[in-house]
Amino acid sequence: MSDLADLYQQVILDHNKRPRNRGRLPTANRVAHGDNPTCGDQCSVYLRLDGDRIADISFDGSGCAISQASASLMTTQLKGRTAAEASKLYDEFRQIVTTGQAPEEISDLAAFAGVHAFPARIKCATLGWHAALNALKGDPVAATTESHKD
Amino acid sequence: MPSWSNVRSDFPALHQNVGNKPLVYLDNAATTQRPQAVIESLDHFYRCDNANVHRGLHALSMRATDAYEGARTRVARFLNAAAPEEIIFTRGTTESVNLVAASWATANLRAGDVIMLTEMEHHSNLVPWQLAAKRTGATLRFLPVTGDEGQLDLSQLDRLLTPEVKLFAFTHVSNTLGTINPVADLCARARKVGAITVVDGAQSIGHLPVDVRALGCDFFAFSGHKMGGPTGIGGLYGRRELLDAMPPWQGGGGMINHVDFLESRWKPSPERFEAGTPNIADAIALGAACDYLDGLGRDRIAAHDRELAELAHARLSALPGIRLLGPARGRSSLVSFAFTDIHAHDIVTFADEDGVALRGGHHCNQPLMRKLGLTGTTRASFYVYNETSDIEALVASMERILKFFR
Repeated sequence: MSDLADLYQQVILDHNKRPRNRGRLPTANRVAHGDNPTCGDQCSVYLRLDGDRIADISFDGSGCAISQASASLMTTQLKGRTAAEASKLYDEFRQIVTTGQAPEEISDLAAFAGVHAFPARIKCATLGWHAALNALKGDPVAATTESHKD
Repeated sequence: MPSWSNVRSDFPALHQNVGNKPLVYLDNAATTQRPQAVIESLDHFYRCDNANVHRGLHALSMRATDAYEGARTRVARFLNAAAPEEIIFTRGTTESVNLVAASWATANLRAGDVIMLTEMEHHSNLVPWQLAAKRTGATLRFLPVTGDEGQLDLSQLDRLLTPEVKLFAFTHVSNTLGTINPVADLCARARKVGAITVVDGAQSIGHLPVDVRALGCDFFAFSGHKMGGPTGIGGLYGRRELLDAMPPWQGGGGMINHVDFLESRWKPSPERFEAGTPNIADAIALGAACDYLDGLGRDRIAAHDRELAELAHARLSALPGIRLLGPARGRSSLVSFAFTDIHAHDIVTFADEDGVALRGGHHCNQPLMRKLGLTGTTRASFYVYNETSDIEALVASMERILKFFR
């Protein structure tokens, strides 16, 4: 059970059951959609950018527990951050899900360290992040995990 | 001769642990395991007979040619085709459907014609027709599926099957619903309006007795790897007079009678449709798979697989919140199900830890999934070596997953 318990940490199960910031954000001025064609997971991310800062954020979509919990947790981490901070945080998150190693100052995102033992699921964890980064770029076209290197 | 009492021992890959649990292989609709006889056929060819086929005048080439053409005769007998020339070796079902779409459809369809499909087609029996429609100006029309019970809505057939329909392509067995379609009836109805029929046999070839002449189809596409044969080999059955009137779809060596700088004349079927060096070893091993399945008895295989699928359907239906797709009875060798609160990929990841190999997702049936309001399902599919204990393992794994996520 060890690998699976690592994958489906309590934090992840909690965000999957009770997603935060879920639903369309009426005040959004940026939106991007991401999908993973290999598994059909979808995620839209809505942002209200105030200058360079993410004043508000939400997500919507459907998919496995990993993708939905990751998008949910991501919204809680990105609110209030600048675009540059968000991009740096994604780099750290990507590091966590691909290597299983979390920098010390990272807290909840470390829950996703278990993903690294399931390479097929890394794209699930990064789906929402791809959409968020595309939304930040002001690029409203669909993001797909196939066009990104994980 | 294989025997039912030790079927499992004929399949080496079954005898392994996944993690620390014995493998329970329930992903047979994606690909089956191979019996020892098929593995030995491959091994024997490469060790003893390996040479290119046709035109060869040396001993090995003649042996390889005899074995390759012998496999064609064997496959023809497996399908009860009228002649070996009605069997074209391809990479599998997808390539077979593409062959008909590229050759027959391009030569015969024009604007105003209709290609009829059903709503339960695998992408491999949908996308080639979308491409053919774009090339020829023909349009697509769909026979609806009734809903979760997963039957074709035959009450709509008369309305939809009009004389504009020139080709009707449909699956024998749904890879998502497990439904067995009334192929002979559909072919007879199509014939009345002059439409040719293309049957996707990917999910039936290894599970049901298939007699293309009794079914009355014009084309029947199938894959070797879904019947215990190798990957990369399959076939297309086509009625001889249709095949002989069709243009080639790929050019190259082996398919021509005479070549000049500006034009060529080609051979009749099957060579016309097999340009280049064919997949010799895998075709021969496919013949070995035919022997193996006929040795077990295809009526018995059908009964065995149906009993397991019906048992799985009955046992799973007791799980709280489960949504089972397809008919409860008279189904083919698979069950497909969904929970509103647990995603199929989480289920498959969990089951894998119990050693249970399942498939989760849209099963290359995206339009049907959307129609049913689903993003995907979890599918368990059975074959000759599965036993009731495998279904107990499946149910136990599902119970553990429900407990974990709820």
